Amino acid sequence: MSQTKPYRVSHLDALEAESIFVMREVMAEFERPVLLFSGGKDSIVMLRLAEKAFAPARIPFPVMHVDTGHNFPEVLEYRDRRVAGLGLNLVVASVQEAIDAGQVRELPDGTRNRIQTPVLLSAVEKYRFDALFGGARRDEEKARAKERMFSFRDEFGQWDPKNQRPELWSLYNGRHHPGESIRVFPLSNWTELDVWHYIAKEQIPLPDIYYAHDREVVERGGMFYAVNEFIRLRDGETSEVRRVRYRTVGDASQTAAVLSEADTVDKVIDEVAATRITERGATRGDDKVSEAAMEDRKREGYF
Amino acid sequence: MSQAVLEPEASAGRGMDLLRFATAGSVDDGKSTLIGRLLYDTKTIFEDQLEAVEVASASRGDEYTNLALLTDGLRAEREQGITIDVAYRYFATPRRKFIIADTPGHIQYTRNMVTGASTADLALILVDARKGLVEQSRRHAFLTSLLRVPHLVLCVNKMDLVDWDKAVYDKIADEFTSFAAKLDAPDLTIIPISALNGDNIASRSDNSPWYEGPSLLHHLEHVHIASDRNLVDVRFPVQYVIRPQSTTVTDYRGYAGQVASGILKPGDEVMVLPSGMTSTIASIDTADGPVDEAFPPMSVTVRLNDEIDISRGDLICRPNNAPAVAQDVEAMVCWMDETAPLRVGGKYTIKHTTRTARTVVRGVQYRLDVNTLHRDEDAGELKLNEIGRVKLRTTVPLLADEYRRNRTTGGFILIDESTNRTVAAGMIIEAH
Ligand SMILES: Nc1nc2c(ncn2[C@@H]2O[C@H](COP(=O)(O)OP(=O)(O)O)[C@@H](O)[C@H]2O)c(=O)[nH]1
Ligand SMILES: [Mg+2]
Repeated sequence: MSQTKPYRVSHLDALEAESIFVMREVMAEFERPVLLFSGGKDSIVMLRLAEKAFAPARIPFPVMHVDTGHNFPEVLEYRDRRVAGLGLNLVVASVQEAIDAGQVRELPDGTRNRIQTPVLLSAVEKYRFDALFGGARRDEEKARAKERMFSFRDEFGQWDPKNQRPELWSLYNGRHHPGESIRVFPLSNWTELDVWHYIAKEQIPLPDIYYAHDREVVERGGMFYAVNEFIRLRDGETSEVRRVRYRTVGDASQTAAVLSEADTVDKVIDEVAATRITERGATRGDDKVSEAAMEDRKREGYF
Repeated sequence: MSQAVLEPEASAGRGMDLLRFATAGSVDDGKSTLIGRLLYDTKTIFEDQLEAVEVASASRGDEYTNLALLTDGLRAEREQGITIDVAYRYFATPRRKFIIADTPGHIQYTRNMVTGASTADLALILVDARKGLVEQSRRHAFLTSLLRVPHLVLCVNKMDLVDWDKAVYDKIADEFTSFAAKLDAPDLTIIPISALNGDNIASRSDNSPWYEGPSLLHHLEHVHIASDRNLVDVRFPVQYVIRPQSTTVTDYRGYAGQVASGILKPGDEVMVLPSGMTSTIASIDTADGPVDEAFPPMSVTVRLNDEIDISRGDLICRPNNAPAVAQDVEAMVCWMDETAPLRVGGKYTIKHTTRTARTVVRGVQYRLDVNTLHRDEDAGELKLNEIGRVKLRTTVPLLADEYRRNRTTGGFILIDESTNRTVAAGMIIEAH
């Protein structure tokens, strides 16, 4: 057969096709999927993929935000606008409410990353979600590099890295008993740069904090934290106004900004392509604790 | 360390294509070091990762930065200094984005190699130049051919430890070439390297003036993968039926799926299996609007001109080119469960494309010794990591092709009905 066309797709189109395939598989095989939506760029991209997977129908599942109570206002506002625009149902699993109700205890250092897990798990139980879409990527962290696209979790939401189901071709095994669930990571094979290229290609709006802006920050351990109600100056510290942007948006009390002049998506892409520090390394205080911090949290039921 | 030579360019991001490859080698052949080297030379390793690896190396008493620590992500792996599970790594050059499935080499990890190879365009096998081909190298080559990975690269590593002796390389290359010929192995390339020092990885090395082939990275960037796809046989497994419940979009009924093979166009006459009903394609939709044609690996939504009852698990093909509609299947099966063997009479759930059915094992024709390729016809069962030819009968027909012709409509998994574990991978030889 003589072929006049190459019939090629770009790597971004191939990644998109794979993610859409995964989302449709979940919708076809599970009863109560939910998409974890934080207003961060990965979950924003995931939401766009969900829109594409089921068009012209609406996204056929709700979204859930595990809200630590430590938020960037721009991100919360974005979340609500996006959810309303798509006509979606938003479930908020609130860490603050769980603390107030005595279901979890605030840690002495005030960080809430770890206590998100029980709040997530009780929401899963309450709403009987059986599949949870998460925006984690394998390039983010070395334990994630080992996790499956369909990650089986027991009744306690726990990941057992040594007992994972082999994942062959595009045949995903989502079988589970009542109470068990599957975390699904449609962006597994995307890198930070892929995500940004996709945001540019699709012209997806993001919360402003992803682009360079002037902000009052304090430098701690080489990282720049916004001074706000969650991060107060300690004795001897001084704040300064710097031009920064956020590479990730996590708990506002633990996510640092990076110095940046990139105020457009194309400039961000140039910056990400040239950066020599990983996304989490540059911005997350919580991952530095130990070499296996992420593996341990996932074993407990973390995203 | 040598200077990094390639950088993923921001501007290149949209035009690159994607190559997936799996790596295999025996323990200590240098697989993790090689991957670390590829990541390092393409500037995919970040300073904080390198720093963490340097600290970890120093605390273990390694004399050099142990790049293997980059890929061994689980606590147990770092503690034992081995790779247990498939890890996925990513890097890009201006030409291509690469996904590496890093699979461990031991025989007890055959299932991981099979897993990594199932989606690979290319397999990269390492041997230690000092040891030459070992049993495992042959097994890795065999698994590559069993999974129909279209391209194979043998890296003869640690050439620095044999003084870059051409004779050592030639002997290994000759032996491997003749072994690969027996396997009806795909396109083969052999490269002498030092993963530790970076020779022939990102660029050709002065240490091997006698070697005239490409560097590994050059080969990975240029190997021709476009024609590996089957663009002839139209196979569109229906995943999900899209029927909007809204007032603005009415009467929409689209069949969502990913094109497994072939090229679909609006106006094409198609047949739907298993019913055998025919229709024509009304349009091929995506969220970005209709498209003129769809081919692998596109995810699209197909609409037909006739109202036919179609649901998940059905398949759209052409009337004159259809897969078998089959309940009797013969396949090579790799058993992956440690808790119980595959036995004649065993019942499992079978997942094949988007179709799920039940199946019973009718017979184990033989078990294959993956090292010698000897067939044991009296085996009767398959244990963990064993491979054999098996006869299955399914409760409903599968819409199946031979695996050698179509990796999507020819592959399946078996699932244990009580534990829900994935217990086997199968490659169809015959279906009727
Ligand atoms: N001299 C030399 N040593 C190497 C080379 N490649 C790997 N090694 C060493 O071989 C050992 C095993 O390497 P590793 O990458 O962990 O092997 P793996 O088990 O295949 O992942 C380590 O001590 C490496 O430093 C090489 O090209 N030359
Ligand atoms: Mg290794």
